[in-house]
Amino acid sequence: MRELYQRLQSLFVLGELTEQRANLFFITVEKDRLRPLITHLRDREGLRHLVLLTAVDWLEEGQFQLTYLLCDRLTRRDLGLRVMLDRANPVMESIHDLWPTAATYQRELREMFGIDFPGSPRLDEEFILEGWNTTPPYRRDFDTLEYARSQYAERAGRETRDPETHMRAQLYPESN
Amino acid sequence: MKPELEKRIVRTPDGQEFEVDPLRDYYCEAAPTVMPAAYGKIVEDLFNWARSQSLWILGFGTGCGAIEMRPLMTPRFDAYRYGVQWRPTPRQANLFIISGYLSTKTLKRAIRSYEQMQNPKYVVGLGSCTINGGMYWDSYNTIKCLDQYLPVDLYITGCMPRPEALLQGFEDLKKLIRAGKCEGANKYSENFDWYKANQKQVIHDWDMPDYNW
Amino acid sequence: MDFDWMKIPYSLLTLFIVVNYGMILNAFIQKIGARVGRRHGIPIWQNYADLIKNYSIRSSITHGVMFYLGPVFRLSGGVGLLLFVPTIYGSYMFSNMSFAGDLILALYFVFFGTLGMALGAAESGHPHAAIGITRGLSQVTAAELPFALAVFAVALQYQTLSVTDIVAAQQGSFLNWTLFTNPLAVTAAMLSFLGSMMRPPFDVVLAPQEIPIGPPTEYHSSYLALMQTNRAIFPIAKIVIYMNLFFGGAASWPVFFLKVFCIYMISVLVGVVFPRFRVEQSIRWFLIWAVPVGILAVVLV
Repeated sequence: MRELYQRLQSLFVLGELTEQRANLFFITVEKDRLRPLITHLRDREGLRHLVLLTAVDWLEEGQFQLTYLLCDRLTRRDLGLRVMLDRANPVMESIHDLWPTAATYQRELREMFGIDFPGSPRLDEEFILEGWNTTPPYRRDFDTLEYARSQYAERAGRETRDPETHMRAQLYPESN
Repeated sequence: MKPELEKRIVRTPDGQEFEVDPLRDYYCEAAPTVMPAAYGKIVEDLFNWARSQSLWILGFGTGCGAIEMRPLMTPRFDAYRYGVQWRPTPRQANLFIISGYLSTKTLKRAIRSYEQMQNPKYVVGLGSCTINGGMYWDSYNTIKCLDQYLPVDLYITGCMPRPEALLQGFEDLKKLIRAGKCEGANKYSENFDWYKANQKQVIHDWDMPDYNW
Repeated sequence: MDFDWMKIPYSLLTLFIVVNYGMILNAFIQKIGARVGRRHGIPIWQNYADLIKNYSIRSSITHGVMFYLGPVFRLSGGVGLLLFVPTIYGSYMFSNMSFAGDLILALYFVFFGTLGMALGAAESGHPHAAIGITRGLSQVTAAELPFALAVFAVALQYQTLSVTDIVAAQQGSFLNWTLFTNPLAVTAAMLSFLGSMMRPPFDVVLAPQEIPIGPPTEYHSSYLALMQTNRAIFPIAKIVIYMNLFFGGAASWPVFFLKVFCIYMISVLVGVVFPRFRVEQSIRWFLIWAVPVGILAVVLV
């Protein structure tokens, strides 16, 4: 895994490296440099399987992080590529021509985070939500609780307890 | 609005052109009517007995609770001996079990299925998600109070209720039916506007007729 | 033409007995199926409850005239089949409307209900109904073929087209039954019988577990109740024909009940043991196993 990183380093400009496990590394890449790198990994290095494509909302930094997780099944190693996007204008190049399944992930990200992938098939069709008309729900500035309160009728009399204290009071009443 | 539901001009093979408005031409939009019990007490009692003894469930699992309904068919619980069976089409079913959380997307389908069922029809809410949201109380796409959208005859509490609880629920429902208290379909017709307003408040892309049967 | 008006109440009485017997028998058979699966099974009156429930449903929608007529055709197929065949041999009360050429008529009636359903279900416009009809018609056609051959063989053997005469020729000892005088024809007919009883392994058309429940997808309330009534009459009527043609008929009601029960049991016992065939499998099965036997029966007679 380490030597793979060194080989890549001689070919590409790579960002920060995180060694999660012996067979799981994460590398940060520039937005424009992802495509040659990921094509190289798929065709030359045997990381043929796109495990997932997901996003993290770094609200405070004003960034979205895209994570492309690749897997090599023969040698059982995973490599994650991190791409940081500008939160104000989240546009990323589509990779649906490399992995057709990526189109589905990109549809989901488009709907849940509002990240645009120009050229990806059926991108603007509804994926899970129907008729969603406010902030994409997985963005952190979307207030789920407030939305649920305003949108869906509530039944009175609902109590919420902290599970830990409640169960302690139930099971060990003498400790309180 | 989906493209196939929009108004369009259709050209026939022999060259005529006419306009098709799918929502009005392909569906019947007439609102439901209240259908009171029409016969004398003795006949209605017999009918209510038959209705209670023959609960045909619509085989539509809306949430995780559907997994609790499958064991009911198996030798261990065997709901058939209580006159409960599953029907694959809403036309023949008379009991709709909302099994667990109902997202707005599923709610749309549930409403359509419910409206295709024939009067008298019963709705049972299964699990705490249908009652007050349960663990989905702060979800962005799950309704929290089922009886705002469909007339519910009975709730079965639990998260999830065990199949035994379901059997007990069936027995309670039978008692209600035999007492003639399950008039959910008529309640729906009477308060049709209220239900529709509630439904449309959560379903933003309403692309179907108001009442579809 | 002098018509015996007393025949009408008598045949209605036959119908009444057969409907009730059919309802209880159907429930009993479902119970047997359940017991084989180690379940307790439905109560014996369940079919009555279902029937009354369906008649008591307040609203019903129609998709047109043929949609309405479909169950009516189906029911008249069952009733007609029953009424034109002597139910009890030698009894004036229960010989119904049988006449000289009733065998041919009965063959038509067996098919009549399915055709009526095809027209009705097609008008409901539901795609599942169309799929079910296609499956049902092809399977029934394949299953009817050996039966028709067997009937020809029997008609040739006894040189008559009247069911009453065929029964008469089988009286005396049970060795006079067609079962023993023409076993090949009976084999072919019984294989076809398995297919036309709508029990496993040939029930893919109507099985509620299949995604399309088949022709009755859109049928509900009273329409469905009519069809349920037919589900009680039709198997019995069909068995009556088999009984008359191959098993010596019945001279009294107890014998009738017993024989019908035993013949029904054949398809039930096969049904609880074997899994369900797909339509193309069952058609192939009929063509390979049943039709040659039927042809052989015709040739040998």
